Amino acid sequence: MSWFSKAASETQITHGSRVWLYILAGLVMVFLVAPTVIVIPMSFSESQYLEFPPRTWSVRWYEHYFASSEWMAATRTSVLVAFFTMLVATPLGVMAAYGLFVSNLRFAHLIFLLLISPMMVPVVLIAIGVFYVYAKLKMVHTVGGLVLAHSMLAIPLVLIVVSSALKSYDMNQEMVARSLGASRLRAFMVITLPQIRFALITSALLSFITSFDEVIVALFVSGGDNATLTRSMFITLRDQIDPTIASISTIMVLVSTSLLVMAQMFGQNKDGT
Amino acid sequence: MSDNLGRGEALPIFIGNVTKTYGKVFALDDVSLDVKQGEFMTLLGPSGSGKTTLLMVLAGFTRPDHGSLKFGDREVIRTPPHKRDVGMVFQNYALFPHMNVAANVGFPLKLRNVSGPELAERVEGALETVQLGGYGERGIDQLSGGQKQRVALARAIVFEPRILLMDEPLSALDKKLREHMQIELRHLHDKLGMTTVYVTHDQREALTMSDRIAVINHGKLMQLDEPRTIYDFPANTFVADFIGESTFVPVSVSGGKVSYDGTALQTATTPDGAGKYNLMMRPERLAFVSGKKPKDVNVFKGTVSELVFQGESFLMYADLSDGTQVAVRGATQKDAMANVPEVGAAVSLGLHKDDTVLIPDTGDLPA
Repeated sequence: MSWFSKAASETQITHGSRVWLYILAGLVMVFLVAPTVIVIPMSFSESQYLEFPPRTWSVRWYEHYFASSEWMAATRTSVLVAFFTMLVATPLGVMAAYGLFVSNLRFAHLIFLLLISPMMVPVVLIAIGVFYVYAKLKMVHTVGGLVLAHSMLAIPLVLIVVSSALKSYDMNQEMVARSLGASRLRAFMVITLPQIRFALITSALLSFITSFDEVIVALFVSGGDNATLTRSMFITLRDQIDPTIASISTIMVLVSTSLLVMAQMFGQNKDGT
Repeated sequence: MSDNLGRGEALPIFIGNVTKTYGKVFALDDVSLDVKQGEFMTLLGPSGSGKTTLLMVLAGFTRPDHGSLKFGDREVIRTPPHKRDVGMVFQNYALFPHMNVAANVGFPLKLRNVSGPELAERVEGALETVQLGGYGERGIDQLSGGQKQRVALARAIVFEPRILLMDEPLSALDKKLREHMQIELRHLHDKLGMTTVYVTHDQREALTMSDRIAVINHGKLMQLDEPRTIYDFPANTFVADFIGESTFVPVSVSGGKVSYDGTALQTATTPDGAGKYNLMMRPERLAFVSGKKPKDVNVFKGTVSELVFQGESFLMYADLSDGTQVAVRGATQKDAMANVPEVGAAVSLGLHKDDTVLIPDTGDLPA
């Protein structure tokens, strides 16, 4: 019996009758991944220009990246901003999710929508708005300003991830802990938090990536000594086609995917069960 | 009590004029209730009656609109839950799944800065009390429903609270285990001697376990009495209907004399004054009468309209002469079954005068 006529599922559909599905799924994956993956060989090119496939191989653009003080400064800014965004967005998002979960507020649903609205509004609008506000407050080109703006974008993710973890959490446990002598804060820290820890780690990683990968807000409000990596890449691309971009992209893809894979791995350990 | 594990004395509870409203709905309507030191008190009522709200007021999770709550001499109405020092057992156990059995039971002790060998010793002691000695290292998901219930109980008593609150703790267990645990919980209460407030909607459970039962409906206290009194002399139609089975037969009362369908009745208590009354007939208290009317027994004549075999008992419906349908329940031993008339046959039903209890008709007879 050939592989094509074997059953692919309980319903006895054969692999043969599903070939079109496999091809379609394969194409979707290729289209999704190809643009990301194509920069990897390009980054190892010897050429002055971006080319694919590279004719000769080298790591000179990686050397150029690591040797450039400007690129290094931008990288430091990006990591710093992403790190602080994670530190700001995660606790705020967790508190919001918890507060909405335990409250009997009639408007809880509206507040939830309000908090996730940065996800719905086009980022460029947010960027323009933030820019004007920051211009008044003299916060343009500051790390603090960028952290706050990125936190606004990251909080919805934290809120959604933590809220869904809380949905399967039995709040009676916290009540029991309190009746047994734990204060409300302690009950939350010792009983609730450990049980939503995977959602917590996942949302922290997502916050980090949200900031690290973000370019539009960064274009508006970062700059000077505090330009982020993504902003510098964008500006560089506009002026010249430099394979350094490809090597930086490769590194960023690597960082982001490994963070996402980590988030995915933690996410699979289901919370609350 | 020599084997009383309690650190301090059990505390009496005084609930005074507690009212709690949600919008326009009274969850608790001016409830006053005293629980004696070391008493096993059950709050019994249908779902939505307010019994759980009252328990939450005792635990401190619900702040009433007004009223007073005292544990012993101490007013606790403003005391947060974690400072009330009450043990609590929830319906769904609410064990901490990220801790093993010993850590669950040791949790309240750690909060009280007990550590080292004393912690281990007291945890094991509590586990032995609930017959789970040696289970400390087990994970929560390795336990059966009954074992989880015991762990939740051990966790609630390990710090020797002077008051123990339980919210339908047995309702998730199957019938046999539940009945077994009822007896066991009662024994445990007698051994530990803490004041216990127990919430249930299961009237049989309440009758089995309690020193006294507080029947609650629509946020009001309907009756507070010992189980026998509640069952034999319900104060109103709600209690008579909610606890046990009963049929209500309208009777006329004049000048302290009670009669039904023109026949005078002997009753357990004489109703004071006029007003409308119903005779409560418990199906199992009715007996078949043949021949001469026995002394102290009221006899009702009717026709059998239905007969159902239900295993340990049979249920018979009979229409009395004025059309009221009454239920009769009896054991199904062979001898007893031989006397059961067939459908359509005439039947004489006897009710001893001590079981002839009148309930004031407050116009809320169940349909």
